[in-house]
Amino acid sequence: MQLATKGETIISLVGVNKWFDDFHVLKDVNLDVKKGERIVICGPSGSGKSTLIRCINRLEEHQKGHVIVDGLELTGDLRRVEKIRKEVGMVFQSFNLFPHLTVLDNLCLAPIWVRKTPRKEAVAQAMSYLERVKIPDQAHKFPGQLSGGQQQRVAIARSLCMNPRIMLFDEPTSALDPEMIKEVLDVMVELAQSGMTMLCVTHEMGFARTVADRIIFMDKGEIVEAAEPTTFFNSPKSDRTRQFLNQILLH
Amino acid sequence: MFNAFNWARKNLFATPLDWFLSLSVLVLIFWALPPVLNWLVFDATFFGTKREDCIGHGACWVFVTSRMSQFIYGFYPDDQIWRVNITGAVFFASVIPLMFQRFPFKKYLMVFLLTLFPVFAFVMLVGGYLGLEEVETSKFGGLMLTLVIAVVGIVGSLPLGIALALGRRSSMPVVQKMCVTFIELWRGVPLITVLFMASVMLPLFLPRGMNFDKLLRALIGAMLFSAAYMAEVVRGGLQAIPNSQYEAASALGLGYWHSMMFVVLPQALKKVIPGIVNSFISLFKDTTLVLIIGMFDLLGMIQTVSTDPEWLGYSMEGYVFAGAVFWVFCFTMSKYSQKLEKQLNTERRA
Repeated sequence: MQLATKGETIISLVGVNKWFDDFHVLKDVNLDVKKGERIVICGPSGSGKSTLIRCINRLEEHQKGHVIVDGLELTGDLRRVEKIRKEVGMVFQSFNLFPHLTVLDNLCLAPIWVRKTPRKEAVAQAMSYLERVKIPDQAHKFPGQLSGGQQQRVAIARSLCMNPRIMLFDEPTSALDPEMIKEVLDVMVELAQSGMTMLCVTHEMGFARTVADRIIFMDKGEIVEAAEPTTFFNSPKSDRTRQFLNQILLH
Repeated sequence: MFNAFNWARKNLFATPLDWFLSLSVLVLIFWALPPVLNWLVFDATFFGTKREDCIGHGACWVFVTSRMSQFIYGFYPDDQIWRVNITGAVFFASVIPLMFQRFPFKKYLMVFLLTLFPVFAFVMLVGGYLGLEEVETSKFGGLMLTLVIAVVGIVGSLPLGIALALGRRSSMPVVQKMCVTFIELWRGVPLITVLFMASVMLPLFLPRGMNFDKLLRALIGAMLFSAAYMAEVVRGGLQAIPNSQYEAASALGLGYWHSMMFVVLPQALKKVIPGIVNSFISLFKDTTLVLIIGMFDLLGMIQTVSTDPEWLGYSMEGYVFAGAVFWVFCFTMSKYSQKLEKQLNTERRA
């Protein structure tokens, strides 16, 4: 099912299985992601799509199979997990900014303490990323003073400040008011064009159509279908995909 | 005046029940307040040096003023009292600026208070170094002893409590069990028992000739006792931090200690400031219990002095004075904590 290659494989999931108690969330998931590839993962709620990308930076542990990121296999070894997390940025549905720190401090925290970047450099870098997400004027405010869309853009900038090689997005626009979705998607589109390897769990099919190299449809813990956008939208192979697309595209 | 009248009608006399309650309270005030004020102020004696100066029908504050040095310094040698004064002056001079938001050198003051000051205070109060005459800790007493125990207890119990709280939530079973055992053991016994154990029982178990200072034993006892309570307060704060904050920190590659130090603890401690200060206040008042192991803090000193035949019958003044002093310290802590809470509230500043 793998599609045309872009470069070397940067993430590789082999026979990944995960259970929450009795509930089998991920069933034998296999996925190879090439460097610079942009993947959109969609599917009904409870299909395991968030769990899947959370396994990539080990916010969730898989119980069977192998997850290999950037040449390193994720195991219980904390050092290795932290090493991988440095290279994998993540943007959450509910932003998860640190409310007690200013926007600037949110951005500088990890570069200073994890990458050991000198403070001055970290601040300069943070400001350049804030400009890229178009809110440099909010640098000294606290997250609670910003709108949802602004907070999510700060969250994206915060991840980028670590100069990650991979970005994971876990429904980044689901908690936003409709009028703020676009400003976040614009930032994500720009990021996609810069060549970042991206895995996005989202229901924004317009976004998927424009930026995705591959769209993955998951249902009940399995990858049901993986195809490039045109094929995916125009001639889906499985009934479940067709049914899902009918449901979300009609609205 | 018109406004006051309206206000009273709306808030005090709106319904028959309000009328009844308001009037009852007024009667109570008029009945109770004058005698109290008379005793405290109008019929009281303020000036003088000996019992014969007490001529009024009210309180005789001469008892307090004439014995003030004992209330403050205990049995500290008279010619060495300057050492206590300097230590106290340095302490208050570094603590008071911390209460003002705009004071510029707060960070340095904090570092000074936590590192150099304890050494300075030890050398000054106990002596034995730099040509200072050694003063046995059994000579410590009065307000000075109260402050020594309270400050050491407060400063020591917070970091210890934080460590215990983190340990209790640790994923390492041995650390976790040890912390739970420690907390539950110390929380399960009364402070009096702890102090008794420290002063009476402990020496029985120690080898002959080995002897800790009694004050030191009491200090450690009070500190560990208070740390167990502090741990539970801090744990409450840790539990109030949503998992998403831990996840965000981990996803950025921050390790356990960095996440705790920069992300979780600042938020958790901020949430439990009222609980932390509550513990501080109760520790401050609990210092009076050292009386039962033969140490004379402010209250103990007052009690002792009021059994002096010359001043028999004036213990009431002494207790009112003790109450007032304790209240001033505790109320200051409480006010400071409210201010700190407001100052640190960044979440809803929008």
